[in-house]
Amino acid sequence: MKFLVTVKRVTDYEAKIKLKADKSGIVTDGVNMIMNPFDEIGVEEALRQREKHGGEVVIVSIGTSDSTDKIRSALAMGADRGILVKHDGPLDSFAVARVLAKIVDKEKPDVVLMGKQAIDDDSNQAAQMLAELLGWGQATFANIVTLEGGRATVVREADGGLETVSTTLPAVVTTDLRLNEPRYAALPGIMKAKKKPLEEVEIGSLGVDIAAKVKTIAYEEPPAKKAGQKVADVASLVTRLKTEAKVI
Amino acid sequence: MATHLIVVEHTGGKLVKATLSAVAAAQKVGGDIHALVLGNGAADVAKEVAPYAGKVHFGEAAGDRLAQPWAKCVADVAKSLGATHVWAAATGAGKDLMPRVAARLDAGMASDVSAVLDDKTFKRPMWAGNIIGTVEITTTIKVVTTRPTEFAVPAPGAAGEIGAVAVDPGTSKMTWVKFDAVVSDRPALSDARVIVSGGRGVKGPEGFKTVVEPLADVLGAAIGASRAVCDAGWVPNDWQVGQTGKVVAPELYVAVGISGAIQHVAGMKGSKCIVAINKEPEAPIFQVADYGLVADLFKAAPELTVALKAAKG
Repeated sequence: MKFLVTVKRVTDYEAKIKLKADKSGIVTDGVNMIMNPFDEIGVEEALRQREKHGGEVVIVSIGTSDSTDKIRSALAMGADRGILVKHDGPLDSFAVARVLAKIVDKEKPDVVLMGKQAIDDDSNQAAQMLAELLGWGQATFANIVTLEGGRATVVREADGGLETVSTTLPAVVTTDLRLNEPRYAALPGIMKAKKKPLEEVEIGSLGVDIAAKVKTIAYEEPPAKKAGQKVADVASLVTRLKTEAKVI
Repeated sequence: MATHLIVVEHTGGKLVKATLSAVAAAQKVGGDIHALVLGNGAADVAKEVAPYAGKVHFGEAAGDRLAQPWAKCVADVAKSLGATHVWAAATGAGKDLMPRVAARLDAGMASDVSAVLDDKTFKRPMWAGNIIGTVEITTTIKVVTTRPTEFAVPAPGAAGEIGAVAVDPGTSKMTWVKFDAVVSDRPALSDARVIVSGGRGVKGPEGFKTVVEPLADVLGAAIGASRAVCDAGWVPNDWQVGQTGKVVAPELYVAVGISGAIQHVAGMKGSKCIVAINKEPEAPIFQVADYGLVADLFKAAPELTVALKAAKG
């Protein structure tokens, strides 16, 4: 079975995100960049499924050569090879989906695994759009993935409980937090990753329309919350909630 | 003039109130408002939605709620109405479905918007709410999901016209298997007036039972949790509040043993009144709390439970 896993290079979730002085975007200088945590879960899931079913795990990322590091991280975890679609500048979710659709046409995976959202723009769109462009079934927010009999049966994190859906393969699956706990790459894996194939593709060579359907035209910081107060004990907390905040 | 199509979410034969945030957002743009109710029981739900739309269309033939067949139904109806905007609430179901609708309509989409500036420009939180972006959709048809906590429920108006619409789910690759609901007597997180949330400081599932639950009981509150404790499997993932869980804005939010990681704060900082109990005076949660109590939660929370019981008389 062949797995295609998408990996996005994003700001560390623990980093303090600040606006540039001219408000044209966020400050990335000196900010640690990581593999989107949901993508890391996707890589792990593909590796575990490969252990069960055999096959190949291919990593794809879209970005500048800076993203190479994150592909290598996935290769160090155990993925087989990587593809970097070279692009500099913003790209909306629709364009990402179109680029990925091209890669899918070429690679013909049985399962595309993607993080449920990237923790930078939090859009949560590209995977579902990709599934639609391909005419495939989808299972978002996966908690358990079972591949059997040409189908993916997926327990999903839904509002109010767990929903199970089934789709024929090929399919697009997005990962939620509890799907698995990604492994750490061990030193031998890191050494091996350096020699694994990593193909670079210029985005322009794919013949895909990447014109923005959605543009981010301004960035701002949310209004600051006024400073709260410390209370000495439970009794004064109760008094404040009653007389000041009037919420109890 | 704009023609809006609101994709109505429903469960157990009832309208999911979050849908009304999409109505409120569409009203800000102005124009004709159509609502679409799909799937089993759609005709009944249509009646519930009627006071919020000029026309309600229901299509029971869409079958089980699945992204692929429903995206086709929504897109078909949107095209036949000449919709300029297709809206839904940014709930789990909305997030699953709407990007497919956008792809089918070749439309740009703005997710989880918190404000409507005009018919094509919206504000939305990014980077876990640390940045608010203003986005412009450049396509003729615009697909938007709304953050339910950011839009006031619109006042009901005269009931709109209700009519059946022919929908064809097409040939889908997907089948629905089952839903295992988390059974609870408590209010749902998304519309609770009070939420009590527990974090790592609660130390384990036992702590939720002995400390968080009794406090939630006396307040008639829903229970939430930080990502760390959901991750650890102490409580259902459905309880998660934050960037990757639910975004809530109750009147009172009590954070018990929660450090206040960026990703958690992203999901609750809109609450009207925030109380934090944590033994670490430097915990970031105190930066967003209206009232902070630096204390051992295993003493303070039960004490608060008793005091609230007494205050109730």
